[in-house]
Amino acid sequence: MKRLMLGNEAIARGLYEAGCEIVSSYPGTPSTEITEFTAKYAEIDCEWAPNEKVALEVAFGASLAGHRAACAMKHVGLNVAADPLFTLSYTGINGGLIIFVADDPAMHSSQNEQDSRNYAIASKIPMFEPSDSDEARRMVHTAYEVSEKFDTPVLFRICTRAAHSQSLVSEEERILPTPVPYEKKPAKYVMMPGYAKLKHPVVEERTLKLTDYANESGINEISGTSSELGIITSGICYQYVRETFSEDEAKVLKIGMHNPLPDELLRDFCASVKRVVVVEELDAIIEKHCKSLGLDVEGRNLFSPIGEYSQQTVAKAFGKALPDAHAPETLPARPPVMCSGCPHRGLFYVISKMKLTVLGDIGCYTLGAQKPLDALDSVLCMGASVSGLHGFVKSTPGAEKKTVAVIGDSTFMHSGMTGLCNIAYNGTNSTVLILDNSITGMTGHQQNPTTGFNLRGEPAAKIDLEALCHALGINRVRVIDPYNLDECKTALTEELAADEPSVIISRRPCVLLKSVKTPPAMHVESDKCRSCRRCMGLGCPSLSFKDGKAVIDQTLCTGCGVCAQLCAFDAIKEGN
Amino acid sequence: MKSTNIMIVGVGGQGTLLASKLLGKILIGLGYDVKVSELHGMSQRGGSVTTYVKYGEKVYSPVIESGEADYIVSFEKLEAARWAHCLKTGGKLITNTQEISPMPVTSGAAEYPTDILDTLSARGVDVDAFDALTPALEAGSQKAVNIVLMGRLARHLGIDDALWLDAIKTSVAPKFVEMNLKAFEAGYNG
Repeated sequence: MKRLMLGNEAIARGLYEAGCEIVSSYPGTPSTEITEFTAKYAEIDCEWAPNEKVALEVAFGASLAGHRAACAMKHVGLNVAADPLFTLSYTGINGGLIIFVADDPAMHSSQNEQDSRNYAIASKIPMFEPSDSDEARRMVHTAYEVSEKFDTPVLFRICTRAAHSQSLVSEEERILPTPVPYEKKPAKYVMMPGYAKLKHPVVEERTLKLTDYANESGINEISGTSSELGIITSGICYQYVRETFSEDEAKVLKIGMHNPLPDELLRDFCASVKRVVVVEELDAIIEKHCKSLGLDVEGRNLFSPIGEYSQQTVAKAFGKALPDAHAPETLPARPPVMCSGCPHRGLFYVISKMKLTVLGDIGCYTLGAQKPLDALDSVLCMGASVSGLHGFVKSTPGAEKKTVAVIGDSTFMHSGMTGLCNIAYNGTNSTVLILDNSITGMTGHQQNPTTGFNLRGEPAAKIDLEALCHALGINRVRVIDPYNLDECKTALTEELAADEPSVIISRRPCVLLKSVKTPPAMHVESDKCRSCRRCMGLGCPSLSFKDGKAVIDQTLCTGCGVCAQLCAFDAIKEGN
Repeated sequence: MKSTNIMIVGVGGQGTLLASKLLGKILIGLGYDVKVSELHGMSQRGGSVTTYVKYGEKVYSPVIESGEADYIVSFEKLEAARWAHCLKTGGKLITNTQEISPMPVTSGAAEYPTDILDTLSARGVDVDAFDALTPALEAGSQKAVNIVLMGRLARHLGIDDALWLDAIKTSVAPKFVEMNLKAFEAGYNG
């Protein structure tokens, strides 16, 4: 029987069936479940790498050794992995190699809205994109075949709505391809100028062959019978188009392979209908390509480059009637918040009160930017807090006394440590806070090199953060408990005053971890509460005001006790 | 034939995902094409969450927008108001009357609206509002709110309750089966 699977789960199924042997990834919404579901297949060796560049290089190594391999990342992760990506295009592969990249139009959980198809074009690597879960599973088979037939790594794009929608999936048996034994071939794998110059023409020739494949293989599918309206689309947008137009209302060319695009097929398709519209989220890549071929297509005149589309976006663009509905109400918003008992909260409260300038980073603690904590000044990309702090402090005399970087344990391992190395080497008196909650939190609790466990939860080598910081050239390294506000304040005051760089490790496990046992909820003795609202400055979802007095939600509170430390009237007590 | 569209909305952490999983399982068993759309990541951290379940002969888009939902099941009252515009003319809104204050309300920057149900009724929305928290607590845990609400949805959908009971038995850990069956019955018969 068919099963309901997320797009990401179906990709994992495809990897299993196609005989993939190694997956190395770094978590990032909406790509994370690809690797988590793959790890459920004992036959596939799965790991969390410290970052996407490492992940892709691990997958390259396995491919070089002759095995089918893969790595998965979110769109911004591909920026990190771009260095190996471009040259892998030249070396090609031995065992099939797929790089999964999950784009996040509308930025449900991301810092930008970049379109990864640009990487496929720039690196001259073929890129596939499915429109539902079963297609994703089948496309993994195709992607490996193309990788091996054309001697190329393959990019495999999926967008949030396809990655996180479940649809019905058929299943096939796993077939393990015969490993291709590794042979030493310097002209293929040693990319120094002499050899690389010989490879570039091969890459260009490969693109021509892939264009033939794109035209003829059926990877780009035509459906529908209209001779009036033709729509060129791909991925999840295909579903929006088909929800809006029946087969006789629109002929649809669904692009399954973004790079290279099928020139001949595009020409034939455009010649077969009176009007052609391209429906593609984010960048106008297909539209511009069609125009470069001299084809008369529409697209950006009707659709925005911003955000996600939907069936109603499509209907509206074509002037179709929308269903009757009243306007959405104006209501208090419900933004995501730091959880009750989140260890980051106490530290951020102190930082906020000390009015420090804070270069932030990517993780749950990014939520510290929200009111009332309002504690972050910048968030750019993974690791940028540490390197950015160095630049800020170096350029601005006196800034070292009131500026810090905050970065999580996993993000520090990803790309914070090189920045710290730079602080020691190029000498700024910077203060870096590593928020060590013993897990990768925001993406849903993945292990990392500092947690002592691997992806499958088995014991693994545990990086000693204190020793690592010392080794990177930092003498002053201290550990604090973020639930203790006085300790936070003392540490910050002393380290900011110190005349050398320092690292403060704020250590307490994420309160949502199953291993964390929490004390009973706190409570307010109403008669002692003077309604000063000082505790409300924490932005804790357990705390609110009722009838002029603070109250603590007994179902949400985890008893962290940070609010009790703030109360000047001793009104907040432990236990019930 | 158009699909039947169900929106399950609530606050991150209330168990909307499990509810949609259960529903999806039953609908496949009935031979429908099914799509379930959910969001992961940052929005789960206590934010407003929506899950879409669509079924029919053939389902294309996994998302549900303004004026398209046959049913909205809301786990929290303010969320019912937030998503009610997605209801089709003649659609049905099932909501828990439990109130969970969002951060702008807890921090005092906004008031929790007091007239939600009246406003919805005044708009002519067909609302089935009831307290799902009390029966969940009686069944054993506030976490069973999702199953109480699925029980109520099952009554409206007219799907044989035996199918639901089977799905619960095969979807939740053995030690929680009894609690969830009780919660389902409370929603279905309550």
